[in-house]
Amino acid sequence: MAIWGGVAFALSLAMMPLGLGALQEDEQLGKVTYDRWCSECHGVDGDGTGSAAGYMLPRPRDFTLAMYNIRTTASGDLPTDQDLLRAINMGAPGTAMPAWDDVLTEAEKQALVQYLKTFSRFFPLDENPVPLVLGSPTGVSEEVIAEGRGQYEAIECWKCHGDQGRGDGESAATLMDDTGFPIAAADLTENWFFNGGADVEDIYRALRTGLDGSPMPNFSDVLNAGVMTDEELWAVAHYVRSLAPEDTPGISEVVLAKLLTEGAELATSFDDQAWEEIEGTYIPLVGQIIVKPRWFDPRVDGVWVKAMHNGDDISVLVSWSDPNNSPDPLWSDWKSQVTRIMEPREAADNEIDAAPDQLVVQFPMQMPEGMERPYFLKGDSRRPVYLWEWKSDRQTALEGEARGVGTESFQDEGQDVSVKGMHSDGQWQVVFTRPLLTSDENDLDFITGEAIPMSFFAWDGDNGESGNQGSLSSWYFLLLEEPTSTKVYVAPPIAMLIAGALGFFIVRRVQKREMESFRS
Amino acid sequence: MFVLGKNEKLISVTLLATLVVVGCGGGDSSDSAGSSSAASEATVMENPVDPSTAGNISGSVAFEGSAPAMDAIDMSGEQVCADKHSTAPMLQTVVVNDNGTLSNVFVYVKEGSAIEGMQFPTPSAALLDQDGCVYTPHVMGVMVDQEITIRNSDGLLHNINASPTEQRGFNTSQPFNMETSQDFGTPEVMVPLRCDVHGWMTAFVGVVNHPYHSVSDGSGGFSLSTLPEGDYVVEAWHEQYGTQAQTVTVTAGGTTDITFTFSADMANAVVPMRTPIDPHDHPLVTDHQ
Ligand code: HEC
Ligand code: HEC
Repeated sequence: MAIWGGVAFALSLAMMPLGLGALQEDEQLGKVTYDRWCSECHGVDGDGTGSAAGYMLPRPRDFTLAMYNIRTTASGDLPTDQDLLRAINMGAPGTAMPAWDDVLTEAEKQALVQYLKTFSRFFPLDENPVPLVLGSPTGVSEEVIAEGRGQYEAIECWKCHGDQGRGDGESAATLMDDTGFPIAAADLTENWFFNGGADVEDIYRALRTGLDGSPMPNFSDVLNAGVMTDEELWAVAHYVRSLAPEDTPGISEVVLAKLLTEGAELATSFDDQAWEEIEGTYIPLVGQIIVKPRWFDPRVDGVWVKAMHNGDDISVLVSWSDPNNSPDPLWSDWKSQVTRIMEPREAADNEIDAAPDQLVVQFPMQMPEGMERPYFLKGDSRRPVYLWEWKSDRQTALEGEARGVGTESFQDEGQDVSVKGMHSDGQWQVVFTRPLLTSDENDLDFITGEAIPMSFFAWDGDNGESGNQGSLSSWYFLLLEEPTSTKVYVAPPIAMLIAGALGFFIVRRVQKREMESFRS
Repeated sequence: MFVLGKNEKLISVTLLATLVVVGCGGGDSSDSAGSSSAASEATVMENPVDPSTAGNISGSVAFEGSAPAMDAIDMSGEQVCADKHSTAPMLQTVVVNDNGTLSNVFVYVKEGSAIEGMQFPTPSAALLDQDGCVYTPHVMGVMVDQEITIRNSDGLLHNINASPTEQRGFNTSQPFNMETSQDFGTPEVMVPLRCDVHGWMTAFVGVVNHPYHSVSDGSGGFSLSTLPEGDYVVEAWHEQYGTQAQTVTVTAGGTTDITFTFSADMANAVVPMRTPIDPHDHPLVTDHQ
């Protein structure tokens, strides 16, 4: 966001007409800052209908309703100034709402807080909303987490969030926010996308206050009515925290395919014990918004990848959250709503038909010389890519190749890759297995010790995704562990890290350019 | 609601003082118990209407055309609720009675100079029950500040998500058999309520600042009683067919009969509810984009 920055802003100040004196100085600063930085999404009048609003879900907040997700105050109460400042500083991770802490000055942010309040007639009625007394966290132990799990079941968080917290509860498909837009029940295994913060205190606060404007209710009245104790509610918060990894996954550029010891059996199924020994690598995915039809509401925002090989064959396990196995009639309303409301409507009608969930793993067709890799969007004629395609409505995986978007072709015969996929508890787990070397010259050979570029495409059919409308990652690396591995493991990644990070920025840069092009 | 919240606190202080004076302290001062008795406490107020010069309005809501078929609710995911229904539960958007009248129409005095400025006593709590995964009643009226006891008789998770526009809403959860007390401090026709856990569960609460409101019943009837004589605008609101109003004259000791008629062709009526709030009108700064 910072790149729209300084110059234009300074210019706009210089060009401002006289006669602003009528406004309070703060309100003036608030309005100027708002119009420049916020109005394209939230609308000049604060009603959430800025020119870019149609490109995002959840939609930008309508400030006239004064309904704020993240507060320290009771459900239905207004947020404190501090709450608003927090929202501006931190943004809402996992949504289009950016974090502004590094972009705006303290004075601008303070002025914005006051300015946001002028959009609603409620604020003048309650100058000083009172925060709830939230106390401090109880200690955490395995017993506490087990207690929390019990409560999670008893008070039925799973109705919306699903048994394992992946946003796949029975009610998830019908949830709508206060403005009538479909809203996903948060995936509790990805706490880095929580609007209000990832820590146990943040979770507990969300439970006490509810997320106003969304279906997420408060659980304070349950305490007030004496049907649950505060300790039990803290236990729920601890349990929810335990669903996500201890540390937010960093961007790791390399998936290490572990070399199995002599005699150990290669896992070819998702439920193989052997996977538990291997640490997963998290790979973020973003909406495909480079070629038309573009997609701004990707369901799959990341995949976990594990790999192992035995010198002859390799298995790659990819798992990701997806609330259902598409197509599923329970989700058909969700799908039709999402496809109806998401801008830009570039897809032809037939592309909106019932569609399966899909995953494509992409490799270069030939190992590149040096660091040069194929264009991350399915390569080009100079540097083609080699693909594995899995679909939820098919038992087999297909190998294919592409020289750019739309040129994908899949081999009818002589498949060397096999696949096993399963959906349960809001998660897909898909295992691909292939010999390291094949006789097909269009198949990439997997050589141990080489950093093999690898990237991912994913689609949730019932979220309206198919064709170009899905999500994708930038290039990562698959590294097959060598028999004398330790040195190899350490050395190449340093060079790769740099290159990989560049890949990520390329995706980002293209996205930014696209975002700006629809703004103007 | 926050305006009210402050009052509530004030009232609880009064209540507490009373309890201490009367010497029956130690009672449960939980929210629901506290504020419902507080409401009656705070409103020891005479009804300002002289019954000898008052009259009544009664009537019924007719329905023309063929009653639209309502979808059956699929409660298979909630066996406890499904078991409570002897016949397949239907959506309650349009309920046409056996005698051809329309249920669930909120009928209330919208205007009337005779009652303008009058202060009416706040009635005791009204009950909104969740029983068999439906709201009972589906449409209800209350007075401003009147407590609504929201009861969960199902013993499974419901959330009650009220989204008014004239005032603050709330979104609270009831995972067990329990009661929660809520009220609305500003007149609003209607406040929509929903349960997000059970997408089919909706209810509407009409909030007015006088007792002259009613909901058409299983035979289409409604009544507004003990109104000071005079002319009134009476409005009927239905969630699908919109609103219509009549001017009605009430005479001392008399009962004026009126009929509202809704018809199947009104299905696309604009239903006034959650009217969008005007974006604020702070002084315009000349466009500087
Ligand atoms: C790129 C679009 C975009 C821009 C620019 C943007 N917002 Fe947002 N904003 C959103 C979206 C989308 C949401 C809703 C997030 C959600 O519901 O989870 C949101 C939500 C909010 C919220 C509500 C947070 C809560 O706790 O409920 C506040 C406050 C807010 N924005 C303030 C601002 C301010 C101030 C600016 C300008 C400095 C701004 N936004 C710029 C998209 C944007
Ligand atoms: C009626 C459905 C529903 C129920 C019941 C429900 N949630 Fe949620 N929850 C949601 C939705 C929807 C969101 C996402 C809201 C948003 O993005 O604005 C959410 C968000 C959350 C978040 C993320 C908070 C943040 O800062 O973004 C947490 C944590 C959470 N819920 C935990 C729980 C727990 C624990 C329970 C049970 C005690 C529960 N929820 C019950 C619907 C529900």
